Amino acid sequence: MSSKSKKWFSLNLGKKDKHSENGCGCGKTSGGCGSHDLTIGEETKKDGFDQVFDVKMSRRTAFKQLTASLAIGAGAISTSCSMISGDETKEQAQIDWEEQFKGNYKLMTDEEKKATVDRLVRSYQLRTGKTLNMSSKNAEPDVLFGYAFNISKCQGYMDCVTACVEENNQDRNSQMQYIRIHEMKDGKGFNFNEADDNYYHEVPAEGHFYMGTQCFHCDNPPCVEVCPVQATWREDDGLVVVDYDWCVGCRYCMAACPYDGRRFNWSKPEVPEAEVNKNQHYLGNRMRKKGVMEKCTFCVQRSRAGKNPACVEACPTGARIFGNLLDPNSTIRWVLENKKVFRLKEDLGTEPKFWYFMD
Amino acid sequence: MRRLKVFRSLVKDSLDTITHGSRKYHLWMALLTFIMLVGMYCYSIQLEQGLSATGMTDRVSWGLYISNFTFLVGVAAAAVMLVMPTYVLKDVDFKQAVLIGEGLAVAALIMCLAFVVADMGGPSVLWHMIPGIGVFNFPNSMLTWDVLVLNGYLFINITIPFYILFKHYQGKEAKSNVYVPGAFLSVFWAVGIHLVTAFLYQGLQARPFWNNALLGPRFLASAFAAGPALIILVLAIIRTFTAFKIEDKTIKKIAMVVTVAAQINLIMLVSELFKEFYAPTHHSESAYYLFFGLHGKDALLPWIWTAIPLNVLATVLLTFHKLRNNFKVLFFACFILFVAIWIEKGFGLIVPGFIPGPYGKIAEYTPTLIEIGVTLGIWALGAFVFTILAKTAIGIEIGKLRYKN
Repeated sequence: MSSKSKKWFSLNLGKKDKHSENGCGCGKTSGGCGSHDLTIGEETKKDGFDQVFDVKMSRRTAFKQLTASLAIGAGAISTSCSMISGDETKEQAQIDWEEQFKGNYKLMTDEEKKATVDRLVRSYQLRTGKTLNMSSKNAEPDVLFGYAFNISKCQGYMDCVTACVEENNQDRNSQMQYIRIHEMKDGKGFNFNEADDNYYHEVPAEGHFYMGTQCFHCDNPPCVEVCPVQATWREDDGLVVVDYDWCVGCRYCMAACPYDGRRFNWSKPEVPEAEVNKNQHYLGNRMRKKGVMEKCTFCVQRSRAGKNPACVEACPTGARIFGNLLDPNSTIRWVLENKKVFRLKEDLGTEPKFWYFMD
Repeated sequence: MRRLKVFRSLVKDSLDTITHGSRKYHLWMALLTFIMLVGMYCYSIQLEQGLSATGMTDRVSWGLYISNFTFLVGVAAAAVMLVMPTYVLKDVDFKQAVLIGEGLAVAALIMCLAFVVADMGGPSVLWHMIPGIGVFNFPNSMLTWDVLVLNGYLFINITIPFYILFKHYQGKEAKSNVYVPGAFLSVFWAVGIHLVTAFLYQGLQARPFWNNALLGPRFLASAFAAGPALIILVLAIIRTFTAFKIEDKTIKKIAMVVTVAAQINLIMLVSELFKEFYAPTHHSESAYYLFFGLHGKDALLPWIWTAIPLNVLATVLLTFHKLRNNFKVLFFACFILFVAIWIEKGFGLIVPGFIPGPYGKIAEYTPTLIEIGVTLGIWALGAFVFTILAKTAIGIEIGKLRYKN
């Protein structure tokens, strides 16, 4: 909600809400607000039917209470038969109905992709009164994203982790992080068993080196194979993505991933409203819900717009390199051609597109 | 039309049968209903909060639910050890027990499906998995195979006994050429459900503890030990409390099946232990964690060190004819074998698969009370379903329930 007292972003279904400051409860930013005078707590006397249904609350709140208790069925009914609810309640119900029964994003046409993105943007607007920018941009031809990590340079500052969390709207309550930085002891080699991926001290620590892991966007991803509903797949530009609305939450992909690349929303994810990154992509950092899988997407909302992922941009040491593997002039190609690169657990045949190297 | 009438009468009669019984029967059903209600309450909390109400985390992402699911697939598959001798090998001694075995399979399968649904993050979008309206990732995902084989097996195990009982209800003889093809199919299918369930884990290169070729065969051996062991216990109870005649010979023959399967299971266990501990590699760490604990983390030690001695003791008891033919010893051995395999194939198999994690992180798992409540509720559901099925079947078989024109 837009009210200032609210610290976290959440739908908070059924919560009472004081009417917002801009006078119009519908949250429409442009155009007239259709049935404005109908609902918002008028002081005039009402009788019978109206006393029950036309209580002092914004339409938005009324709608929330309705959906919270009646979920899908109420959506359909209020769409078709409701006489009391305003246009926007109906619109929201219509959106919820269509969203509940939409298909798998992977199989959608471009028009359908745009339609679902429009619905999600509109739904957010109806709920919070704020606009966000969501893209459904497809993979571009002749692009295959790859990533390289310079072990010599990483000092364990974890700016990448912070940037990633902020960029990708990850759940703050559970402190979900896509990236793990492993602190390893010098002289022990790449000994993950003795590494610490949850350190709280000044870095770089004496006698240690650092190595980051995240989703490696395998070219032969085991997680994709095992998904029973194809809710996760490899895009043409090599990104392994999840359709959060199609995922059934069985967590088979999580068991299949050899790189600890996947995260599950065990509770309802929450991000403070002020911190929500509003520049979103359907397959990337849009708001997730409870009980679905998510993961690093190489910041699809950024990478497909020609920018570096947030972790690459945030890294103060330049340890992270990202680019198009099919572009012979890209930095990533230079690294692959001139450095002694290696990948983790190559024997598993997963073909990660994430290389490590040292200066 | 006539069939419909008979069917209606059958439903009415069976409703009548299952709602009437001794005081003990009513107490039993009331207890199960109570546990189911508690389970449903726990599940409602889980739905509200999300799976964070369970002890599962990103590090150990499958727990008690999937453990029980895995074990119960084995129990369901075990019905084949009665179906095969009865219908395929025509051994009359098994005839009385086979309907009970199939009823047990149905109950176990319903519990399996309930456990899978309880484990889902989004049960409201499960329709995504229905072929036709959803997207069914067949044949790539072993989970879709599992959905197919489990539901298929459920169908077979409902239709065959139903056909036979339906005929007996009318006082007719069931035609063997109708149900024997189905019985043949179910023999292969039973092996299929358990192999496919094993492949679910076996096919994951990310989890070396599961990724071994012995997993499937070991699943079968342990299933054919634990399942018939449960059937023996159930038959013993039915024999005591109902007029249904089950001869000693039947129980002894099933005990033989349990014995052989338990012996094979033990041989495979030894083979696994040898491989993990003779020349331990990086991939043996899960086994080390399970049996000895790693870096002071040893939550599973009490479980596995209960399971192994029980397993060995049961197998030894069963191996000696004298002991096995003493029913008191037999029932005791079956009970401890059942418990041992439940631990080994549930907790002892699923949880260590995730520990240590892909990068060696050791995060332990303890189920929450909510999770345990849901689990008990589903077990009560299974017992409830089985009691209803068995009571009707027994009513028809002893001739108490008959169609009256």
